[in-house]
Amino acid sequence: MIPSSAPAASRLTRPAGPLVIDIAGVTKLYEMGEETIHALRGVSVQIHRNEYLAIMGPSGSGKSTLMNMLGCLDTPTAGRYEFNGKNVASMIDDELADIRNREIGFVFQTFNLLPRSTALANVELPLIYAGYAPAERRARAIRALENVGLGSRLHHKPNELSGGQRQRVAIARALVNSPSIILADEPTGNLDSKTGVEIMALFEQLYEQGNTLIVVTHEEDIARHARRIVRLRDGLIESDGSVY
Amino acid sequence: MKRLLYELTESFRIAFAQIRANKLRSVLTALGVIIGIVAVTLMGTAIRGIDTGFTKSLAMLGDDVLYVQKWPWGGVEDWWNYANRPPIRPEDADKLNHIIEQTPNSLLEVAVPVSARGNSVKAGENKVSGVFTIGTTADYGRLISADFSEGRLFNDTEAAGGRPVCVLGFDVAEALFQNRSSIDQTVMIGGHPFTVIGVVAKQGSFLGLFSFDNQAILPLEAFRKYFSVRRGAEIRVKITDKTRVADAREELTGAMRRVRAQLPGERDNFNINEQGAFKAQLDPIKQGIALAGLFITGLSLFVGAIGIMNITFVSVKERTKEIGTRKALGARRRTILLQFLIEAVSICLIGGFVGLGLTYGLVLAVGAAFPAIPVEFSVSLVFISMAVSILTGIISGFAPAWGASRLDPVVALRYE
Repeated sequence: MIPSSAPAASRLTRPAGPLVIDIAGVTKLYEMGEETIHALRGVSVQIHRNEYLAIMGPSGSGKSTLMNMLGCLDTPTAGRYEFNGKNVASMIDDELADIRNREIGFVFQTFNLLPRSTALANVELPLIYAGYAPAERRARAIRALENVGLGSRLHHKPNELSGGQRQRVAIARALVNSPSIILADEPTGNLDSKTGVEIMALFEQLYEQGNTLIVVTHEEDIARHARRIVRLRDGLIESDGSVY
Repeated sequence: MKRLLYELTESFRIAFAQIRANKLRSVLTALGVIIGIVAVTLMGTAIRGIDTGFTKSLAMLGDDVLYVQKWPWGGVEDWWNYANRPPIRPEDADKLNHIIEQTPNSLLEVAVPVSARGNSVKAGENKVSGVFTIGTTADYGRLISADFSEGRLFNDTEAAGGRPVCVLGFDVAEALFQNRSSIDQTVMIGGHPFTVIGVVAKQGSFLGLFSFDNQAILPLEAFRKYFSVRRGAEIRVKITDKTRVADAREELTGAMRRVRAQLPGERDNFNINEQGAFKAQLDPIKQGIALAGLFITGLSLFVGAIGIMNITFVSVKERTKEIGTRKALGARRRTILLQFLIEAVSICLIGGFVGLGLTYGLVLAVGAAFPAIPVEFSVSLVFISMAVSILTGIISGFAPAWGASRLDPVVALRYE
């Protein structure tokens, strides 16, 4: 029998820390030929340290756009976006790259590991961009991989790992720089449900360790692992509330 | 600064992993560069070889010798102005020497008359035709730098007495006597018997046109006895200081005008030639060959560069998602730019090394098979071709790498 992916009844919600993300009245327009698409029509969200947040919404709701914005991959057309008090909206490419490197850990649906690099090398990559010396890089990457239960798979390449293991490598890579937020885009979308449950259990563990998690998903089951769910529809926030 | 170093190391690691992963593609792309580098470096060695050949040939003429002749070297348009000049006579050399002796601190050392004609030389059954036969004085020994492989030049007494003795060029001696000694053998030059007293060591040919080894040197008086000197001679004048050729030339012009008793304002009725003038005539030709050669071979390198550019574009396209991932993880534009540039440069450098190795082998092979063809491999060639390889990589890799560095991470991540 497949274990239920519903969250355990007795789970603790940790007290939220200081404000990390402050988004107010953000809009985003795309020019698609003649047409202008309003992906976000005025969204305001505040996210604090050590929150566990799910962003939900059907396709076309602006969910992906908001995620790209939160991940500093994109900047708003109008509105305010502050990350740890810094104004992201006015940053240039390389400044955004530095913010992403230090403050954000990405977990992708398709894992996005470098195929010809070992698990260790994959996890070391953000540390290279951060300018860490080789010895420290290695030590940190090993610690991150051990933290996700892959201490014995350091020198395996992605094609020698199972889907769940690949996603764990990706999570270790997201964690290795001790970022302010972990941003996961459909983290279980490419996994079978049993492995998906394992990954969500790992997220629970990370949350309890004090990490800030933002999971973007369209699956209600996955979203219910979070402590707070933000629902989007037509570029606006439809609801924003705690999970009982 | 440290960050850049780590990024570079990572880029090299990825570049070589990428080349290994796409072996066939990398080899084919590198092949274009290899062919280009081989073509350019071979051309380089050939040009250097030609250059060395020219210099060596010019050195045979002597860089401290002025030639007093009726005609200038190189062509003239108004030949009629030269045709009626009086021929240079061997006696003029004596007069010149007389003037030189009387001039204090003369820049001229000695004037040597040289008469020349073509003759056949026979010894028993063996015969060599078209031997460049010259008649000169014993001072000729002061002009030539070549050693004697055996024997000696005739002395003043032999020269003045017009003794029937001769010195042979290396090729002539070898053709007539093979491995035997030629000394004291009798040869028939233009039908007259001469005793061989010396053989000049091998010198090689001048620009491949005229062989210094195909000559016979006779005392002027003997030459005069058997062959006509009416067609004229030339006077070779050795100068004391090769750094003052222009001054020496001026002094010689004055001395020669005195010998000829030319009036002031009258045009010189003789010409003073020197190897420098030859060089001035040859240099533009040499440069033309070099320029055209490098341009044509450079085209093949250009084709190689286009191959590199193409493969880098393909690589960027294939790895769009990877670029997106790297950007998400914090790679700056510079990082992505460097990564693809380094890939392009790495392939070019590998191509450059292989190409250089092939060139080295070819140069050795050509040198061994055809010693007459002047080719030369040099250290500077190694550095130049490496620099060219790197430059090729940078130029051809830049456009695709620039495009990659400018990719929008959102678009790149969505790319399938």
